[in-house]
Order: sequence, then structure tokens, then C-alpha cells
Amino acid sequence: MTRKPTFLPWFIIPATLAAVGLVVAMFAVMQFSVRAYIPGSLDVGGFTLANFKGLFKSIYADAFINTVVLSAKTAIFGLLMSYPLAYALVRTRTTWIKSAILIIAITPMFLGEVVRTYSWIIVLGNSGFLNSLLLALGVISTPIQFMFTQTGVVLALVHVTMPIMVLMLATALSHINPDYEKAAASLGAGPIRTLLTVTIPLSIPGIVSSLTTAFAWTFSAFATPQLIGGGRVSTVATMVYQLGFSSMNFPFAAALSIAGLILTILLLLALKRMTRFLRTMGEH
Amino acid sequence: MTRSLNDKLTVLAGRLLVAAILLFVMLPTIVVVISSFSSTAVLFFPPKGWSLRWFERAVNYDDFRHGFYSGLIVTAWASSLAVIIGTTLAIAIERYAFPCKQVLEGILLSPLFIPHFTIGLGLLMLVSQLNLGRGYPLVIFCHIVLVLPFVLRSVYVSIKNLEQRIELAAASLGASPLRVVWTITVPLILPGLFGGWLFAAILSFNEFTASLFITTQATQTLPVAMYNYVREFADPTLAALSVIYIAVTATLLIIANKFLGLGKILNIETRH
Repeated sequence: MTRKPTFLPWFIIPATLAAVGLVVAMFAVMQFSVRAYIPGSLDVGGFTLANFKGLFKSIYADAFINTVVLSAKTAIFGLLMSYPLAYALVRTRTTWIKSAILIIAITPMFLGEVVRTYSWIIVLGNSGFLNSLLLALGVISTPIQFMFTQTGVVLALVHVTMPIMVLMLATALSHINPDYEKAAASLGAGPIRTLLTVTIPLSIPGIVSSLTTAFAWTFSAFATPQLIGGGRVSTVATMVYQLGFSSMNFPFAAALSIAGLILTILLLLALKRMTRFLRTMGEH
Repeated sequence: MTRSLNDKLTVLAGRLLVAAILLFVMLPTIVVVISSFSSTAVLFFPPKGWSLRWFERAVNYDDFRHGFYSGLIVTAWASSLAVIIGTTLAIAIERYAFPCKQVLEGILLSPLFIPHFTIGLGLLMLVSQLNLGRGYPLVIFCHIVLVLPFVLRSVYVSIKNLEQRIELAAASLGASPLRVVWTITVPLILPGLFGGWLFAAILSFNEFTASLFITTQATQTLPVAMYNYVREFADPTLAALSVIYIAVTATLLIIANKFLGLGKILNIETRH
């Protein structure tokens, strides 16, 4: 190409400014995490590693384990629910059904975490929809406690992450040529066998990126564990908020955030490695 | 094609499964709509009587009104600036070679995996160290950074699908790169830009976690006001507000689908 780079700054400056702002903000978190906490003040003291040592207390370790378990469960259940929807979305020929699935699948994404979490409170509450239904059907005689439990939180989180998973899986599936599936069928494979041996292996990149995104989103989720967990399901996000805004211990909140970020990155790298391994296995 | 009975049953089971999952996705929405018409202040399901008073309260509640206006200000600025930043960057990446290209792109896509609370906390600490106020610029900047990855995705797709020869023709006739972009590139990718803008606007309007960290009483957006409300009250006002929200969002999406084709915007249209 013979473009003169004179105009390049015009195209890069806006993005560079945004990137610099983000990097500086991340640097501020790192900086705070190694500063001493002065109780009752927003100012921070001198250099210290005490914040990171404090992370090894069981209450924070538990929050970490809890968050990882919640995120993993959400990603896996989310995948199991999203895959059929994405598949139907891509392979349905009828236009109106296709549009309907698309609108139903993605509308929740645009309602935000608060509205959706609130809806789940009405579904899961002791006098909410699910308990009323089960009581009316005579399945149970006393309401089941869904609120303030991990099950309740996972259920709502799966709902929160599904739209983005469906979108990512649908993108991946739409790039698979349906001829491969037809070929498998003409060679005598049934629908399930075709799905297991052709479609799913071909969509592994999409599966991985949707799992990764679901994991990262859940890790970051605040309103759902806070409102449905009601303080009884503690996660890194809820802890960071409490440390920051209830105890004003911003240095410690920063250390917890940094640890959370490092953990996310490590897990994502591990997942990436594992899929590379799986893919090479599949090729042989 | 001849299919055995077994295969037909499998396909039927698959369809039922999809229907059940769709029901799961819609369930909370349906339940919240029904609850919003309840006449009692305590949430029972099904409601014991019907009224519209929660809608009245939702529309007149000061924090919600103020949050709505703050949200509009933040969303309008953030999504428009994000589209400008995203488009210029996408053009630079597609059409030019420059150092640190991947670093720049990597940083701007990183909010996809950096937890939002970390970004919110970082910006809060940054302004406190620089002794800057927590005004609208902070909230707008935060939202730009958070929606940018989605805008980039939408703009990249449009630029990739663009016939580059048209641009080259304009350039060979003597137009400067800026003029080419303004008179050729932008008009041609306008649907993609609009899609990206709409996507960014809806995401920004609903952004919650980072906003909770950086907004004050004066700048709090609607989701933050709603969150504070749920923590204090348990009446169906929020259900009524959610219904308004759902109605507006669904209408916007249906319009976008009709005129632009959501499948195209979201890059999930089949190409075979």
C-alpha cells in the first residue's frame, strides 16, 4: 500500500488516549496494593507488602475458591444451555423462528445485571414463582430456600451469561459449512453422532472462547452474588466492594483485585493451553 | 432423504430441548411483568390483586428520574466517543502498519477479561490520587473503555467486508486519507457504525459494577439507583421499572432487527 503515514496520528491518537487512561488506572490499583492502610483516612501510607500477606487469611481464600467454583459452574451450565440455542439459531431455516430465537436469546443481555437479578429474586423467593408453583403442584409442602444459596446464585448467573455465550457459539457455528454435516448424514451417521463427531469438534474454538468469556464475566459479577447471595455467598467482587466502601481499606481492596486479576489471567492461560492440547489430540 | 424413526425422535427431542431453554430464558421476564401489576407491597406469586400504582411510583421516584437523565448523558457521550475511537483505530489497524499495533489493540480489548470492579476501583484510585473530582468525565471515560471492545468487533466486521478498491480509486484521484475516510469509508460502513453505536449505548446504559464504584449521588446512573432501591425496599416498584426497561429494549432490538438485521450486526449470519 502506498499510504503516507502523515495522517496516521489522526487515526491513532483517540485510541491511544483511551489506552493510556486504562493503563494508568490499572497502575493506580497496583500502586495502592503495596501501600499501607491508614484507618479512617482515604490517604495511604508508605510501601508495604502486608496487604498481600493478608490475602492468605481463610476468609479471603474462601472467597477466592468460592468465586472460582461459581464461575466454573456458571460457564459449564451456561455452555450446556447455550449450545442447543446457538445451534437452533444458526440452523433454523424459517426466518421468523430464527428472529424469535435471536430476540429471546439476546434481549436479556441488554437488560443489565440489576434488572435480571431482581427478576430472579421474584422467581426464587420463598413466596416467589418457583416455590408457589411447586407448592400448588403439591411437589413440596414447605418452601425451598433458593435465595441466599449457591444454587440460586448459579441459576441467576447462568441466565446472565447465556446471551453472550449464545452469540459467540452462534458466530462459531455459522462458520461451519453445513455440507460437512450433510456428508456425515449421507454416510449413515444419525443426528447425535453427527453432532458429536462433526459439529462439536469443529466448534471447539467457539466453545473455548464462550467458556472463557462466561468465566471472566462471572468472576466480575457483583450484583447477582450480592443480592441473591445476600452476603452468605461471598465472592472476590463483593469482598472488594465491602473492603473499599464499608471499611475504607482501599489498599487491601486493591491487593484483592490484583490477586483476582492474576488468578483470572492464569486460569484463562491454562484453559487456552488445555484446548490446544485437546485440538492436537483431535487431529490424530 | 430417508430418516429412521429414531432420528426423527432425536430431532423432536432436540426441538423440545430448545423450547425448554427458551422458556428458561424468558421465565424471569414473564414473572417480573406479572408481578409489576400486583396491588400488594409484598411480593407474592401469583399477585393477590391488580393495580398500576407501582408504575406511577417508578416514573415519579426522584432517584430513578435523576438516574435516567444521568444515564442518558453518560450513554450519549460514551457510546458516540467509543464509536469514533473504535472506527479510527479499526481503520488504522486495517490500513496502516505502525509500531505497537497489537499492544494498543490488546490493551483496548482487555476490559473483556479484566473484572469491571477492578477497572472501577482503578479509576476511583486514579482520580483520588490526582485530586480530581468524580464528575461525569470520569464516568464517561469508564464507560468508553468498557464498551470499546464491542464497538471494535462490530466496526472490524464492516471494514473487512468493505470493497477496498473504491477507497483506492478515490485516493488515486487525489483525495487525502482523511477525505477518503470521511467521504467513502464512513458512509459505506455506516450500518456497522450504527450497530456498534446502538450496542454500545445499550451496554453503557446498563453498566452497573464499575459505575457503582465511581459514581456519586450526583452522577449515579439508573442501574445504580435501582440497585440502591432493591437494597432498601422490597415492593414491586422495581418490577414496574423493569417492565418499562424490557419494553423499551425489546422495541429497540426489534426495530434494529427489522432495519439492519441483527444477525448481520452481530456477525452470526450464515454464509453458506
